[in-house]
Amino acid sequence: MSAPSFKGKLGRFAAITSIAALSLSGLAACSSGNSGSEEAGGTITYWASNQGSSISQDEKVLGESIKRFTDETGIKVELEVVPWADLYNRILTAVSSGEGPDVLNIGNTWASTLQASGAFVPWEGEAMEAVGGADKFVPAALATGGTVGEAPTSLPLYSMAYGLYYNTKMFEEAGIKEAPATWDEFLADAKKLTKDTDGDKNIDQYGFTLAGQRVANNAHAAFILGMQNGGELYTQDGKPDFTNDGVVAGVNDWVQLMGEEGVVSKSNAEINDGSVLPGELVDGNAAMFFDQAPGKSFKSADFKDYAMAPIPLKNADATGTEATKSLVAGINVSVFDNSDNKDAAIKFVNHLVSVDEQKKLNAAYTSLPSVTEAFDDPAFDTPESQAKKEILNDYAAPMPLFPSEGQMESLVGDAVGKLFARIAQGENVSEDDVRKALENAQKQMPAS
Amino acid sequence: MIETRGFRILRVFGLAFITLIIVLPLYVVLTTSIKPLKDVRGAFEWIPSEITLTPYLDIWTTVPLGKYFANSLIVTVTATILSVTIAILAAYALSRFDFRGARSFRLIVLSTQMFPGILFLLPLFLIFTQLERVVGIQLNGSYLGLIITYMTFSLPFSIWMLTGFFASMPKELEEAAMVDGLGRLGALVKVVLPVARPGIIAVSVYCFITSWSEVLFASVLTNADTRTLSIGLQAYASQTDVYWNQMMAASVVVSIPVLVGFLFAQRHLVAGLSSGAVK
Amino acid sequence: MSAPAQTPPRTSEPVPSRSAARAIKRSSIKRDRFFPYALSAPAAFLELLIHIIPMLLGVWIAFLSLTQFSIANWVKAPFVGLQNFITALDPNGPIGSQFFDALGRTFIFTLLVVGIAWSLGIFAAVLLVSKFRSNGFFRTLFLVPYALPSYVTTIAWAFMFNQRDGMVNRFLVDDLGILDEGPFWLLGERSFFVMVVVAVWQFWPFAFLMLLAALQSIPNEVYEAASLDGASLWKQFTRITLPMIKHANVVLLLMLGLWVFNQFDIPYLLFGPVSPEESTLISPLIYQQSFNNWNFGVGGALSVVLLLALLVVSAFYIRLVMPKGKSIDD
Repeated sequence: MSAPSFKGKLGRFAAITSIAALSLSGLAACSSGNSGSEEAGGTITYWASNQGSSISQDEKVLGESIKRFTDETGIKVELEVVPWADLYNRILTAVSSGEGPDVLNIGNTWASTLQASGAFVPWEGEAMEAVGGADKFVPAALATGGTVGEAPTSLPLYSMAYGLYYNTKMFEEAGIKEAPATWDEFLADAKKLTKDTDGDKNIDQYGFTLAGQRVANNAHAAFILGMQNGGELYTQDGKPDFTNDGVVAGVNDWVQLMGEEGVVSKSNAEINDGSVLPGELVDGNAAMFFDQAPGKSFKSADFKDYAMAPIPLKNADATGTEATKSLVAGINVSVFDNSDNKDAAIKFVNHLVSVDEQKKLNAAYTSLPSVTEAFDDPAFDTPESQAKKEILNDYAAPMPLFPSEGQMESLVGDAVGKLFARIAQGENVSEDDVRKALENAQKQMPAS
Repeated sequence: MIETRGFRILRVFGLAFITLIIVLPLYVVLTTSIKPLKDVRGAFEWIPSEITLTPYLDIWTTVPLGKYFANSLIVTVTATILSVTIAILAAYALSRFDFRGARSFRLIVLSTQMFPGILFLLPLFLIFTQLERVVGIQLNGSYLGLIITYMTFSLPFSIWMLTGFFASMPKELEEAAMVDGLGRLGALVKVVLPVARPGIIAVSVYCFITSWSEVLFASVLTNADTRTLSIGLQAYASQTDVYWNQMMAASVVVSIPVLVGFLFAQRHLVAGLSSGAVK
Repeated sequence: MSAPAQTPPRTSEPVPSRSAARAIKRSSIKRDRFFPYALSAPAAFLELLIHIIPMLLGVWIAFLSLTQFSIANWVKAPFVGLQNFITALDPNGPIGSQFFDALGRTFIFTLLVVGIAWSLGIFAAVLLVSKFRSNGFFRTLFLVPYALPSYVTTIAWAFMFNQRDGMVNRFLVDDLGILDEGPFWLLGERSFFVMVVVAVWQFWPFAFLMLLAALQSIPNEVYEAASLDGASLWKQFTRITLPMIKHANVVLLLMLGLWVFNQFDIPYLLFGPVSPEESTLISPLIYQQSFNNWNFGVGGALSVVLLLALLVVSAFYIRLVMPKGKSIDD
């Protein structure tokens, strides 16, 4: 009897492995997403940010919008709603690999950083014509689309502004008749509202609440309050300048809310999720906070005792940049330059910035349209929306439009978060400490 | 150790102490998963004042948990089966043959254990992209990419364990089988594997656990369709609220397959590692 | 060079076993030459594709300036030589000082976690090595922290350590009353302690498992002889148990040490993408530089230095614990 040949054994082995490999690629093929196909009208991929109260809600709202688009143009859209924690990284991988969606949402403060990568379609010339021309957009919103002097690589979709949200019942009980308009009034009100409500000698109600570890919120506060104190985060030619007196004063005002002024609970230093702030108002833990669009949270908690006012000004007679009450916040939309189906992608963007869609989507997300005609629509005339409109038009500026903005936000926001951590643990933080922390952040900015 | 009375007393206290440490977080997870959301947001309560099972129902709709579950299962099971198979082959070669390059191969494989994941996260992604362009198989955002990544992560330890295991088995077994005409591969399958079963189970459990819990690479290599549980679970903290009770409920559900597998494999685990570890 | 191809003699009579074995050996020489390579090929291929080549690319990236400006066309990113290394390693620069801090901190973290995990592991293994009722139950229970996914248990711990609402402060302040106000655990200095606790909790079962397996191979007669000689339990432990499991220990400590040193998941899940200053470990730091600041060149440089450091330490360790001439798995 002869032993089976080695070749036979190896051959069988090779066969098994190849079958395994083939079936794996089959698996891969089944699960692969695709961007661009050869069907009539084609298919594009769209990465949306999470604007609703849950991803499923987003899928519903956008799904309806997409259906309207497909019915009209025959172009299919594959939607993926990306959670905020992942979005920036996903964009990074798309940019670095050249493989990504055709259309995507971005936080508008990222616009300049992403513009510098060169991976996105500039909105000028034919492309801008295809979406209706630059004039149809709210100027403040359009200004966030990219660096000054260059064609924007993103268009505004949803506009938001920061406001001061307060608990109307608490204000009533404390005898405060109207929302504070200056920083001094704000501090006085906050102190009035910081008290021990149940007689156990511990303060359980605070005048103000904030998310101490939320990098974005901290960076925004540094921006707004810095401007109010006469300081900007960048010099005119794009060099980071975190240590000028205005910025230091602004950040100091912000962190001393928990420090010297004592109107913010030290526990807030640990919060890294802005979405819990409305809950603090609802639960009676605090009376005021800064936020962009907490309406959805209040609604789902069935809470109606709140109102909105603009963020108070440091100086009552301030004009120009010192009268900044908010940044021009919002969500922009971009098209990837190496998309296989640029025409279809641009058509889809056109759909999203059409007056009709702007009205529907912004109503669903409680934000403001970025297109003037929709902006002026009566549907957005609630007192809150009107107040926000005024802020956006007259008292808001975009976050600095320089390519290193992304790093600035991380570093400044993180520096502020660390200051809160120190205060919360009992350390006395002075304005000097604030300056040092900002100096340290600035040193880490990339030399570019 | 010889069991003196002192030893037995020590054992009782020791086991109780360790059990307490282990059970504490598990207790927190379980009780939080059955509390209504408002109770979860306030101060912690040892005994829930109100019990509800709705979180276990809600978790399937708030987030596509079923899809994430299926994805994790597909990726982990496939990666485990393939990884163990390949490890068996390599370990057999290393334990039975002295071939040129064996030593370096063993050393290199072992040294990959020390690579920090951060080092090759982005490069791996970039390489996958290049491969997609050149060969046409999609690796990013597909099961395939994640599977072969996870397979490779478990290889060093698996190969090392199985090599030790096989080396401790007498060669006579296979030689007898080959005299009967089985050939090397046949001998491996019919004779060696059954005896090595505990070691193989140990290695499979290790592969499974490692792949099931992986977070960093899953965050980069998956898209909405192929997202696994490790990333999907974070979605219970959405923009407007953090559904802690649902997150805990989902955590319980997510842990069940691993625990069940563990219960079955527990007996073999220790036996399996005995030979491998000592050698 | 080729060995004469021989086939086993075709006879129907039983062949003496020794020459049969020799015959098989000779005829297998040719097959055997390729066979092991064929068997190892899939593993080698995967290691090359997933570990080696990306690592080499990662090292290459350390010499490039790879930021948001160049990432879209990374193949053409500008070569900057050692610039990234200088930025990363300048002890006076912000990144360099963070790096050396993190390196030292991670080293201490590793010593603490491995030390405590090992101690717990050997303690439990000694308690559970002999057969008694409910032995199996405890063995299974003790492995649970390792079996559960890290993202589940770490989040549970973060939940427990929350300053205002978490269980730990509730226990210390309200139940035990030893503190007036709940301290912060996830910020500041205590965050390091929390990291150690979570890491020990998750990793000690692995040590337990390996040590249990090693202990099982020690025959009871050795202990019996020792106790007959009057040796105390502790002496038995130090003179018999420890030396006999030395080999398993060496490997276990190395594996666990590397694993803990490179740890990313736990800080990331506890603190988010940016860790508190007092508890930043080396992997999260590299992540911060690469993915938060989009400065992959510097992140790459940090990774390369880290890798070199690990290689050197491991080499020393192996040389130290294994006498010359023996390999790690003899």
